[in-house]
Amino acid sequence: MPRLKANLSHLSHLFLPLSVLLILIVINLVKGADYFSITMVNGAFYGNIPNILFGASELVILSIGMALVTAASQGQDISIGENATITSAVFVLFVLNAGEVTLFTILAGFLISCVAGLVIGAFNGALVSVFKVQPMVATLILFMGGRSIAFMIDGKLSPILANDISNQIGTVIPGVPIQTPTILTAVFIAIVAVVLKTTNLRLYVEAVGINPSAARLNGINPKKIIFLTFLIMGFCAAVAGFIAVNKAGRHDSVNLLKFIMMDAILAVAIGGNSLSGGKFNLTGSIIGAYTIEMLNRTLLRLEVETETIKAFKAVFIIILMVIASPVVRVFASKVLDKAKTLVASYSIRKIGGLNNAVVSNTDTSGKKEE
Amino acid sequence: MSENILKMEGISKSFPGVKALHNVDFVLRKGEIHALMGENGAGKSTLIKIITGVYQKDAGQIILDGRPVLFKSPQDAQNKGIGTVFQEIALCPNLTVAENMFIGRSQNPFVQWKQMNAKAAQMLSSLGIPASPTQELSSCSIAVQQMIAIARAVDMDCKILILDEPTSSLDEDEVKKLFELMRELKGRGVGIIFITHFIDQVYEISDRITVLRNGELIGEYQTAALPQIELISKMMGKALSDVSKIKKQEPLKSDSSVPVFEAMTLSSAAGVRPFNFTIQKGEVNGFAGLLGSGRSESVRAIFAADKVTGGEVKMKGKRVKIKTPLNAMKQGIGYLPEDRKGDGIIAELSVRDNIILALQVMKGFFRPLSRKQAEEFSNQYIEKLSIKTPSIDTPIKSLSGGNQQKVILARWLLTHPMFLILDEPTRGIDVGTKVEIQKLVLGLAEEGMSLTFISSEIDEMLRTCSRMIVIKDREIVGELSGMNLTEHDVMQAIAQGGERICQG
Repeated sequence: MPRLKANLSHLSHLFLPLSVLLILIVINLVKGADYFSITMVNGAFYGNIPNILFGASELVILSIGMALVTAASQGQDISIGENATITSAVFVLFVLNAGEVTLFTILAGFLISCVAGLVIGAFNGALVSVFKVQPMVATLILFMGGRSIAFMIDGKLSPILANDISNQIGTVIPGVPIQTPTILTAVFIAIVAVVLKTTNLRLYVEAVGINPSAARLNGINPKKIIFLTFLIMGFCAAVAGFIAVNKAGRHDSVNLLKFIMMDAILAVAIGGNSLSGGKFNLTGSIIGAYTIEMLNRTLLRLEVETETIKAFKAVFIIILMVIASPVVRVFASKVLDKAKTLVASYSIRKIGGLNNAVVSNTDTSGKKEE
Repeated sequence: MSENILKMEGISKSFPGVKALHNVDFVLRKGEIHALMGENGAGKSTLIKIITGVYQKDAGQIILDGRPVLFKSPQDAQNKGIGTVFQEIALCPNLTVAENMFIGRSQNPFVQWKQMNAKAAQMLSSLGIPASPTQELSSCSIAVQQMIAIARAVDMDCKILILDEPTSSLDEDEVKKLFELMRELKGRGVGIIFITHFIDQVYEISDRITVLRNGELIGEYQTAALPQIELISKMMGKALSDVSKIKKQEPLKSDSSVPVFEAMTLSSAAGVRPFNFTIQKGEVNGFAGLLGSGRSESVRAIFAADKVTGGEVKMKGKRVKIKTPLNAMKQGIGYLPEDRKGDGIIAELSVRDNIILALQVMKGFFRPLSRKQAEEFSNQYIEKLSIKTPSIDTPIKSLSGGNQQKVILARWLLTHPMFLILDEPTRGIDVGTKVEIQKLVLGLAEEGMSLTFISSEIDEMLRTCSRMIVIKDREIVGELSGMNLTEHDVMQAIAQGGERICQG
């Protein structure tokens, strides 16, 4: 029972992302009952859900990094899309110059792009941790210059990755029913889970994000930890860039993952994380990322014009943030309390199995609100 | 008999699961200083929050100036003449003194600087506050800032002034100045409610005392008619033989053995003059000196909490390098910092994470404790130090100050240090916990731990420390040791400075 209670309280942190997800599902089901239907095309699953999982891959990976950076440095990295563009330019450059494309060259290219990602992360991280530049200002540098750098690496072209392996990484491997980016994302999430389990990353990052001076007096070096989160962010960008460029099949320095930092920051916020650092919730960020992808696709499905889609998205997000704001939450829990006492007095008068069930239902929803 | 300005009758207030106040009466008279006493959790803050309109009472009546009133919000209470100054100063440090005094009070969209500064200057001089209206607030000492906060409240025509722990970060001179100001206001007919943990101060300044315990009224007393020991026992609810039972022991005469810790000409970037320091196994010593004398800076230098700029240290006779707090921890030194909120607790993290933090960091980044181990360790120390917390997953910020301090203590005890430095471990916590901590210190020393204990309350140090290092103006000026030291000896040593006093 106490374990169950702990699980419930854990769920309450996910109240926001899960409820948004639920709203979106309802909207989609109203629009058409076949929302969840999945079909097999050429031995792979297709349908709305596989599409969301596929489409959100880069965003999910980047929001994990963003959540860590936010937690430790109390600020955001706004250069992630640009960083991914640079690392994928490095990847493409290597693969195209390596002669025949084999699994080995792709893998080597990926590893080299990861090194590039780490270098970028180190640059941002050094600015933030050693030179104490605010994260958003520090990462503004690469946000502005990143695509030009990628352009220079590309050699002012938009090189095309026309090979089978890239195609399979970007879409699907014959015989495997799930899209490769979805699998890669799952593997990435699993690796992150293992890292969190086997290291003190969470404790250190949260301690530094909440109270750096107390963390320092307990032997943690806040500078190192902030630097580390930016390194991780750089790695995330490299993986996201790798997936994105293989999906697209060409390296478009101008548009690759453009403005994805907005979605990543939003995913972190929807996930119930404070944007001013401290405790973080990666599950929430991941769900938040999928939710945003679902929102994009829902708006498309509702036949909102592509030009106006951003306005609708903005409106949806405003509503969401207002609903989730502490002001409304306090109000909602008060209303729920009143409802609970009403229902309780009602059930005392008329004790029956059904009424009890109602009481316990409102009970749990009340807990979620808290 | 002076008239009552505030009368509260039968006040009750419950929170889910807790009865914070039960049928409490409280009377404040015109022109008196009334101390509100009680241990943490006794209901003082709840009562104050009801007076200031933060909480609404569940039952009871509040009569202000003979009329029943209801404080709907803090703003409402302020408009009705209730001013509050909290322990943490809620002013803007980067604005000027005058701006701070008048901010948010004018309906006029334009600021009349000349008028405002002139009014502030007049106010400051009439209350005897040593500050200029145009100086930036952050350039004033904490005490002056506190006085400015009071001046602000007074200028809002307050009839009732609530001072919640105003003295906890002030040194003796500053307290004196604050008390002068309080007496001045008392003369003007303001009723002052004074909350503090310093019992001596209560006796120095207050006219009357109301004691609360566990949300209930214990009684209202004339200060002059209530002996200190009785006050303490009323607050704690049991006859207080505990304090007097505390008996420090003779420092172990194992002088033949090498000291546990030894520092030679140690200095730090925080500006302590190079100093020497040694501590023996099982010894409790302390740095005695005024606030700001450099006692915290000295122990911080030992722990490398500030950048160490010179000197050498030995652990058990072996030369070691301590350049970071982690080095110090690995050598077996623990440090409970003076500023619990700023340097001690990780507010949003759970009690469990706060307890295991130091041990975890010592074990290393790649070797996390299992959840089960962490829970075991936490539960063990929660029991050992009788920490009151709803669960180990509760964020530490929702515990009372005393329990937070015990969690930080548990954090360091868990690392089993050889040498533990406690910088003001008893500040801002209730009498019961203070006594517990002092007993714990002596108990640990008996088990062979060496401790350095710093406190602003000299009697606490007299009770626990067998040797006192006297520090003045960032320099060690003397040392006192012996079983029968008195407060007077320490004062004299601080005052004389420079002369080495030894007493048998």
